[in-house]
Amino acid sequence: MQAAKTMDTNWLSIGRIEDIPVLGARVVETAHGPVAVFRNSADEIFALLDRCPHQGGPLSEGMVHGRVVTCPLHAWHIHLDKGEAKAPDVGCVPKFEVRLEGDQIHLNPNPIEAAS
Amino acid sequence: MSKEKLVLVGNGMAGMKVIEELLTIAPNKYEITVFGAEPYGNYNRIMLSPLLAGEKALDDIMLNTEAWYADNGIRLHKGKEIIEIDRIGKRVIAADGTNESYDRLLLGTGSNPFIIPVPGHDLPGVLGYRDVHDVNAMLESSQTHRHAVVIGGGLLGLEAAYGLMQQGMEVTVVHLMDTLMERQLDATAGKYLQKSLEARGMRFRMQAQTSEIIGEGRVQAVRFKDGDELSADLVVMAVGIRPNMELARKAGLYCDRGVVVSDTLQTFDPRIYAVGECVQHRGQCYGLVAPLFEQAKVCANHLAGYGFRYYEGSVTSTKLKVTGIDLFSAGDFQDAEGVDTIVYQDPSAGVYKKVCVKDDRIVGAVLYGDTGDGTWYFKLLREGTSIADFRDGLLFGQAHLGDSGHGGVSQVANLPDDAQICDCNGVCKGTIVKAITENGLFTLDEVKAHTKASASCGSCQGLVEQLLAATMGGDYEAAAVKPMCACTDMSHDQVREAIRAEQLTSLRGVFDTLGWKTPDGCDKCRPALNYYLISTWPDQAQDDPQARFVNERMHANIQKDGTYSVVPRIWGGVTTPSELRAIADVAEKFKVPTVKITGGQRIDLLGVKKQDLPGMWGDLSDAGFVSGHAYGKSLRTVKTCVGSEWCRFGTQDSTTCGIQLEEMTWGSWTPHKFKMAVSGCPRNCAEATIKDFGVVAIDSGWELHVGGNGGVKIRATDVLCRVKTMDEVKEYCAAFMQLYREQGRYLERTAPWIERVGLSYVKERVVEDTDGRKQLAERFHASQKHAQEDPWKKFSKNHEAKFVPLKRAV
Ligand code: SRM
Ligand SMILES: Cc1cc2nc3c(=O)[nH]c(=O)nc-3n(C[C@H](O)[C@H](O)[C@H](O)COP(=O)(O)OP(=O)(O)OC[C@H]3O[C@@H](n4cnc5c(N)ncnc54)[C@H](O)[C@@H]3O)c2cc1C
Ligand code: SF4
Ligand code: FES
Repeated sequence: MQAAKTMDTNWLSIGRIEDIPVLGARVVETAHGPVAVFRNSADEIFALLDRCPHQGGPLSEGMVHGRVVTCPLHAWHIHLDKGEAKAPDVGCVPKFEVRLEGDQIHLNPNPIEAAS
Repeated sequence: MSKEKLVLVGNGMAGMKVIEELLTIAPNKYEITVFGAEPYGNYNRIMLSPLLAGEKALDDIMLNTEAWYADNGIRLHKGKEIIEIDRIGKRVIAADGTNESYDRLLLGTGSNPFIIPVPGHDLPGVLGYRDVHDVNAMLESSQTHRHAVVIGGGLLGLEAAYGLMQQGMEVTVVHLMDTLMERQLDATAGKYLQKSLEARGMRFRMQAQTSEIIGEGRVQAVRFKDGDELSADLVVMAVGIRPNMELARKAGLYCDRGVVVSDTLQTFDPRIYAVGECVQHRGQCYGLVAPLFEQAKVCANHLAGYGFRYYEGSVTSTKLKVTGIDLFSAGDFQDAEGVDTIVYQDPSAGVYKKVCVKDDRIVGAVLYGDTGDGTWYFKLLREGTSIADFRDGLLFGQAHLGDSGHGGVSQVANLPDDAQICDCNGVCKGTIVKAITENGLFTLDEVKAHTKASASCGSCQGLVEQLLAATMGGDYEAAAVKPMCACTDMSHDQVREAIRAEQLTSLRGVFDTLGWKTPDGCDKCRPALNYYLISTWPDQAQDDPQARFVNERMHANIQKDGTYSVVPRIWGGVTTPSELRAIADVAEKFKVPTVKITGGQRIDLLGVKKQDLPGMWGDLSDAGFVSGHAYGKSLRTVKTCVGSEWCRFGTQDSTTCGIQLEEMTWGSWTPHKFKMAVSGCPRNCAEATIKDFGVVAIDSGWELHVGGNGGVKIRATDVLCRVKTMDEVKEYCAAFMQLYREQGRYLERTAPWIERVGLSYVKERVVEDTDGRKQLAERFHASQKHAQEDPWKKFSKNHEAKFVPLKRAV
């Protein structure tokens, strides 16, 4: 009960969708570290911790295609919707909730539990 | 919205390839129904030989299981043979009465083994070799009988004979000609092959014509024209195949030796397409998978409604899948007018190589015993590469060609399992072979994804391809045009040509017009396309930052910890105290942790935070610096030596020449990075002979060098020519760079590019053709108009949002 409430009040308004280039990303600094907020060509928004599961590369600088981002350091492919590395690579990066209200993007700065 | 109906007759390799392609490029266009006479899903027919030899099981060779059809919403009628096409009612009818209407019909009925109509050919125990049913029958006979006769000493016959021997039978191969596989091998190679098969216990009866098969209730012997007899309780006829076109012929479709199709794989009824072995295209029928897959891709392109690809025929190559025998053949290798044959032969080592050359181009090759270079020769053949420049060493193989980095390791087949193939990621041969066989990998991309071999610097790509070819037997990938990436089937050259011909000026335009399989391309094709667009249409195409690798987007090199490095341009490596002071000030102001002299004669400021980049660039550009493009597929550095101005040996002013070259070329985008150097005398202190364009001063002027690089695979330059003046150096440089910009494939450096097109070609265009050279140089200068805007100045002035976080919430 308490937890749910804090979660709700914690949602941040981080900017407008136009602030993120199509097929690109911007970073939001949070208490959990930098969060990369991506926008793809279908105007879907995704948020992942800006640290590649491989060796910590900044995913926000990667190339976005479909629902995937390619890490700029060694080209792992990370699924934007799950935070998981594309097989056969194995690894997972914390995922964050985002929602779009009109053109405003809201971010929940607490990561989603990986297990769920 | 109701979908159109597509019906496939023939659940085999070619037809199903079309369906698979369609599912990726136009997944919702058709409601698909498949009829197959065989009672299975679709299996890999070329793996029947390993199945017979007991090296594989049926499950291992399935390509599409029945569950696959269900998962993809495809109705499969297995075990149902179509006996009639009703073209007016647009229906097909199966033997059991099942019928289905179509909007488009696809025929992939394959072929039938030819059975020689001698008396007794229909006795029990006489088989063809085409499908799982035949293999099962052979396996059954091998349990209960001992003597097998295989009629036909071609590819299929020998594979059948080998498989039956593995099952414990005594096998004699009967062949009409005096050499085995005479369509793929010349007489010498045929003899080598026969000798090594005999050493394994296979028997042969050459130049023998079968006149009758004798037996009561079951085959007992084969009789020859000369009256001789050979006892046999199993006879396999492998004397050729006949396209299976009865169904099409009965429906009134035009047939000759096969079902005749156009370059779009349409029969004479435009609603009906046909692919595979049943087809005759431009007079040619094919019996190997690689060309059929090429047909399938074109056919799918048309069925999907894109309609921009054409099938223009294929060149094929052959390998024999008999364990331990290495044999390769491709193209035309019979002696003929104007054809030179180059031969290498070592009988005691069992090695024979023959390459046929016409007008300095390979037209055919036969290799026996050492097939390591088969893929290379085949590539040269297919691409029509001139071999004039390395004709002398052709038979020593690719490893012999200016490749001291990886020389000696080209014979992958002979390497032990623990030999490291990929030095970047430490992947051994055994790991790769295991991944290929266990996961059923077909392509280089799949091997890269599963093993990481060849996924970094790519220099071991050739070795991995050889492993693929050697492991799979059938030469799948190498035979098709190599696609840019998984988003398309088109090669780099085809895409670039389409960009030119269709006047495409944006990435979206390319994706839509050329039927890209993914919504936005991927990290492989997007940068390549961006380069082709801006280099083909410098005035019209917009550079797309999201199609650029991070370094080029940020105009700085990303480091392993996410910080960046900043390398200002230092023209020709010559600087001044005030420039050095300005760099020192910037380094102190922004607390740069490391300042290093680079290998390219300039200064690297390493460990810069992203948000500091614009400020640092502002200070540097106020001090007169521009970006050094140390991050780009672009002109990097022009190294120089002190030259005649100071050096006691100097013959020309190499520093001035280098500075002028750098001033002319900075800012230009190239397929891969481009480096230059100018040395003041042949002592060559600037190392010009391992540069993309190198200049070495000589007493009478300048010697121009091209196509060198250090790095992973070191390659010394080729001498292009000698010129007299510095202006000429610049003109030749601009022309050479432009030719490379127009023809090099993305991420192909000048060294592999020159090896591909040939030095003679480059000389023809840049040295011999004076007008052509001037036009190339002009095109270079024209595109430089847009390129020589310093990115650092631009971004330091209008602080782009991308350098700072969107929000700070800490
Ligand atoms: C900084 C420098 C090393 C140094 O401290 O001296 C350097 C650093 C890098 N080199 Fe280099 N190379 C540097 C001179 C060289 C040289 C020497 C030269 O140019 O004379 C070579 C061999 C000559 C050649 O290129 O033919 C060289 C051959 C490579 C290669 C292999 C190229 C090849 O064709 O095999 C790579 C990998 C690549 O480009 O794919 C590479 C890639 C790299 C990258 C860009 C790796 C990367 O992608 O992050 C490094 C970037 C570090 C950075 O952030 O600055 N670097 N690199 C040198 C910068 C020169 C400059 O002023 O711009
Ligand atoms: C033993 C063997 C080894 C081979 N080795 C190699 C090799 O190493 N490399 C290589 O490149 N190629 C090899 N090939 C050749 C390769 O397998 C063929 O080229 C390829 O399978 C042909 O594909 P297709 O789709 O045209 O015909 P198929 O794969 O034969 O498919 C045709 C299908 O259509 C069905 N059919 C026919 N008529 C009807 C009808 N009226 N109604 C319903 N169904 C029908 C047939 O039953 C069959 O299943 C080999 C072939 C054999 C037999
Ligand atoms: S050699 Fe070049 S690529 Fe390798 S670590 Fe040194 S700078 Fe980096
Ligand atoms: S850090 Fe992302 S792939 Fe290596």
